[in-house]
Amino acid sequence: MRAIVTVVGRDQVGIIAAVCSQLSERNVNVLDISQTILQEYFTMVMLVDVSKCTVPFAQLAQELSDDGKERSLDIRVQREDIFNAMHRI
Amino acid sequence: MLNQKDILSTLSMIDQQNLDIRTITMGISLLDCCHSDPKVACDKIYDKITTSAQNLVKTGEDIEAELGIPIVNKRISVTPIALVAGASDTDDYVPFAQALDRAAKETGVNFIGGFSALVQKGMTRGDRNLIASIPEALAVTDLVCSSVNIGSTKAGINMDAVRLMGETVKACAARTAHQGGFGCAKLVVFCNAVEDNPFMAGAFHGVGEPERVINVGVSGPGVVHHALKSVKGQPFDVVAETIKKTAFQVTRMGQLVAQEASSRLGVPFGIVDLSLAPTPAIGDSVARILEEMGLEVCGGHGTTAALALLNDAVKKGGVMASSSVGGLSGAFIPVSEDEGMIAAARSGALTLEKLEAMTCVCSVGLDMIAVPGDTTAATISAIIADEAAIGMINQKTTAVRIIPAPGTQVGDTVELGGLLGSAPVMPCHTGSAEEFVARGGRIPAPMHSLKN
Repeated sequence: MRAIVTVVGRDQVGIIAAVCSQLSERNVNVLDISQTILQEYFTMVMLVDVSKCTVPFAQLAQELSDDGKERSLDIRVQREDIFNAMHRI
Repeated sequence: MLNQKDILSTLSMIDQQNLDIRTITMGISLLDCCHSDPKVACDKIYDKITTSAQNLVKTGEDIEAELGIPIVNKRISVTPIALVAGASDTDDYVPFAQALDRAAKETGVNFIGGFSALVQKGMTRGDRNLIASIPEALAVTDLVCSSVNIGSTKAGINMDAVRLMGETVKACAARTAHQGGFGCAKLVVFCNAVEDNPFMAGAFHGVGEPERVINVGVSGPGVVHHALKSVKGQPFDVVAETIKKTAFQVTRMGQLVAQEASSRLGVPFGIVDLSLAPTPAIGDSVARILEEMGLEVCGGHGTTAALALLNDAVKKGGVMASSSVGGLSGAFIPVSEDEGMIAAARSGALTLEKLEAMTCVCSVGLDMIAVPGDTTAATISAIIADEAAIGMINQKTTAVRIIPAPGTQVGDTVELGGLLGSAPVMPCHTGSAEEFVARGGRIPAPMHSLKN
């Protein structure tokens, strides 16, 4: 199952590294990353494969979100399907 | 990979524009729960609901977590209880409502609908008993919703039932006077009721439906409002096109959630109801969409045309996005549940007459409207008859959910709390309709040809 990880917040050193290590610790494979800085706001979108993830999806979402809050970042993970449904015919 | 802009636009819809799935509603047939002993029937009802819907809330929450989209309500609709309880040797149907309430609490759902009767052409003993039990049933339960269908395009309007429902609404208000007549917020009087509506308070599981079914109601007035901000001043073709595109996206999401819920629960998917259902939250208002189209205030001249466009464009956009669209599908205009409507009603710009006109072109009808506590049962019956006539002639669903809040006068506000919001008490005509309502009988079904 593929999912989209989005990270939004004020730019700071080490965001990508931190998120990637969180993901790798839980055996989530990163397939693609795109990242931009919009008006000092760091915005990253990652496509990941969660089929071999070691924790349940809801827990993964919660832990990423909690880690993000510590760094004042809004991190969320959602199944890719919702974006496909809304933006692909 | 998906476009980053698209992904962020979805997140913004969810975070800033109040996009959500309003409800996953499981319809459950209770026809096999009939029993001559009412106690046995109630036990069967409780057991069937708690077994059928035991995973509903959990599944809803799982989908919510995985897709990252709020699913605000999980609900249950059941076979109209008049049909089930009619088989029992009792005239008191309150225990049936209590059984529904217990089952709803056990499964953890937000509401259960189906304490209902369909009496468009006439009333059976069960229908009469059910209607007589409504005030008490809604007062002693927390989650049970009730509806009565008193008319249809095919059958006409049952004026005996209309008279009875005016009295029932008043009795409901009196029985829950300490809560501002809250019982009335859980009671809908329909014309042309639909059997697969997932929205409360009017949801019930029609007899033409399968054993169990999953219906999903989407929402998203805030998303439409936001989209329209980007086409300020442009012609209505552009407005309609923009609404259609937005409705398409919102409905696709509803379809996805419906399919997921259906496959995980092992219950067939019924319909997606693509309604714009407002909430009292800022930025989640249908009235503000109409104002965005260029009206100074909702309720002024032009409101009906704006709403007609909105309602139609929502349907057109949504129809292609879902394999099966049903329910009420359109724009809701519940006054107390819509921040913009509340403001317009308070300022006097939005009147009962204008709302009635608006119900000719949108889904449902006079919804969540508070009127003075001294409004007579006959006046309420007459309001119901007017609204039913609009539905009957125009072959659409109309409804009345009206709260004659005891002790209130025009200018007061009835606080209902939560999604039900707060209702400014609106003036209604004081001219008597006693004799009109006292006639009873039936208003015949209309012509189905020679239309104009």
